[in-house]
Amino acid sequence: MKRSESLFAIPDFSLSPRIDQVGAEERASRFTKRSIKKESKLNGLKLVLNMIDLTTLEGKDTEGKVRQLCYKAMHPHDAVPGIPTVAAICVYPSMVKVAKKTLGDSGIKVASVVTAFPSGQAPRDVKIRDTKFAVNEGADEVDMVISRGKFHAGDYNFVFDEIAAIKEACGDARLKVILETGELGTFDKVRRASDIAMQAGADFIKTSTGKIQPAATMPVTLVMLEAIRDFYYKTGRMVGMKPAGGISKSKLALHYLVMVKEVLGEDWLNNHWFRFGASSLANDVLMQIVKEKTGVYQAANYFSVD
Amino acid sequence: MEKTIKKSSLSISANGIEKKTSSKRLEVLKTYKIYIGGQFPRTESGRYYIVRNAAGTQLANVCLSSRKDFRDAVLAARGALSGWSGKAAFNRGQILYRMAEMLEGRKAQFIEELMQQDSTKAKAEKEVNLAIDRLIYYAGWCDKFQQLFSSVNPVATSHFNFSVPEPTGVVSIIAPQADSLLGLVSVIAPVIIGGNTCVVLASELKPLCAVTFAEVINSSDMPGGVINILTGKPGELASWFVDHMDVNATIYCESNSDIQKMMREKSAINVKRIVFYDKVKWNTNEGQSPYFIMDTQEIKTTWHPIENIAGSGAGY
Repeated sequence: MKRSESLFAIPDFSLSPRIDQVGAEERASRFTKRSIKKESKLNGLKLVLNMIDLTTLEGKDTEGKVRQLCYKAMHPHDAVPGIPTVAAICVYPSMVKVAKKTLGDSGIKVASVVTAFPSGQAPRDVKIRDTKFAVNEGADEVDMVISRGKFHAGDYNFVFDEIAAIKEACGDARLKVILETGELGTFDKVRRASDIAMQAGADFIKTSTGKIQPAATMPVTLVMLEAIRDFYYKTGRMVGMKPAGGISKSKLALHYLVMVKEVLGEDWLNNHWFRFGASSLANDVLMQIVKEKTGVYQAANYFSVD
Repeated sequence: MEKTIKKSSLSISANGIEKKTSSKRLEVLKTYKIYIGGQFPRTESGRYYIVRNAAGTQLANVCLSSRKDFRDAVLAARGALSGWSGKAAFNRGQILYRMAEMLEGRKAQFIEELMQQDSTKAKAEKEVNLAIDRLIYYAGWCDKFQQLFSSVNPVATSHFNFSVPEPTGVVSIIAPQADSLLGLVSVIAPVIIGGNTCVVLASELKPLCAVTFAEVINSSDMPGGVINILTGKPGELASWFVDHMDVNATIYCESNSDIQKMMREKSAINVKRIVFYDKVKWNTNEGQSPYFIMDTQEIKTTWHPIENIAGSGAGY
């Protein structure tokens, strides 16, 4: 079967592989046993910082807050030279314009959540307009949520068609598909939703909105990474991964990098293919970088507010 | 056989039949662990050292804490700071009083531990009694030192100008080596009643009472993280105690001049307070004073604009 054909041959998603939950959890816990020290730790930390989608998704967001976040994205910690910027800023569609303007030609992307984030409970034409609005405002990337209700009801075609429709509305913007794994319940369903999203054209699959607990965990990310691997072997197309929510410590972030390297390989170890959706992670990473450079444990009040 | 029944226990023989054997009961020994954030973990390093008395008898295996234990403890102390300093001073005093009550109830255990560590019965009793009294002493000061050290200052402009002491924040303490219980209590109490939280390194050679004291703290309504107690070597940990950016003051109770010099230098990194108590005799009245409280307080001065009271004839 040729590559182009395989994309159109839509499989029966109810036949997605079943996941061994105990096995996945055990495998994920092994990644936390690797020891990363000194030079490699410093490089790992810089890579983590460079993979962060610095996020503010709150009802109380103001343009001032978004501008402040953009400044932090461009200047994470000027006191120490050689620190990379984050990958992107993640905001609501109404804030895309101000973010885009503030970031200018810094190279930092603007991502916008769309499709009635975080619930996704809106008619399709509203979701498409939401997406087009964000893209027209200048969003480089859009993060959509899947219709979890339809998914649970077994209406996989609806979910597939919706993702495909949003992908079409995105144009050149890259599409991240949020599965909201905390609402899916089982690893089997996470795997199935991952398969649907990738088959429908997702550029990234993303664990969570950050509004539901549990958000990203290592086992659930492992299940999604393996889905990406299998999809790559089947179609030759790379898909990115974005765990979001609940990753606030550098050490945990480094464990994720180990997992990406050992499941997908080094091709995924850059911010084109892997992202962290986080807000407080950035400051912790900065504190660890300064700790590595100076040998002195750091205090939060010497770093900018996030 | 009837007579030995009290000492006997059941065990199972090779053919699976229970049989009675007489054996001496194995004593259950306490594992001396460290105290971080209201929990009793072992050191993350997995290291330990052996504590002996003067005769060379092994008393216990004690955690040899690492810099990472200290890091975790500072995190716990910083987390507990706002809650603790936000409590009413009177309430903090009550909690300290409760600690004294708990200590009183476990007096015998502390006396025994002190005697294991080469104290005599009379000396040990005196030390424990003094430690209890010292907690009561500082419990009383808790809601009184502010009045004593605050002031209303005369200024030339129409401002109501006043100064009050406020806690400096997280305090790292290297406790006295000799008075292993009294010294520990005497340095912790003035720090925490002022609203600070602390990380304490117990006496290296006599750490038993410090760990048992942590159990007293843990049953005294003291929020987790306000007092954190580590065991280990000052020589190894002193530099971490003083150069952590999230520590606001360091107290050192020995006269090692190399360590004192190092502390003076490293404290400059975030201009933290350095306090040396190397000449204090903790078992005398010299060992307690409200001025010990002020060593870890910052004076905040407020300029509050007012109308010219005399001129306007305001009615108060």
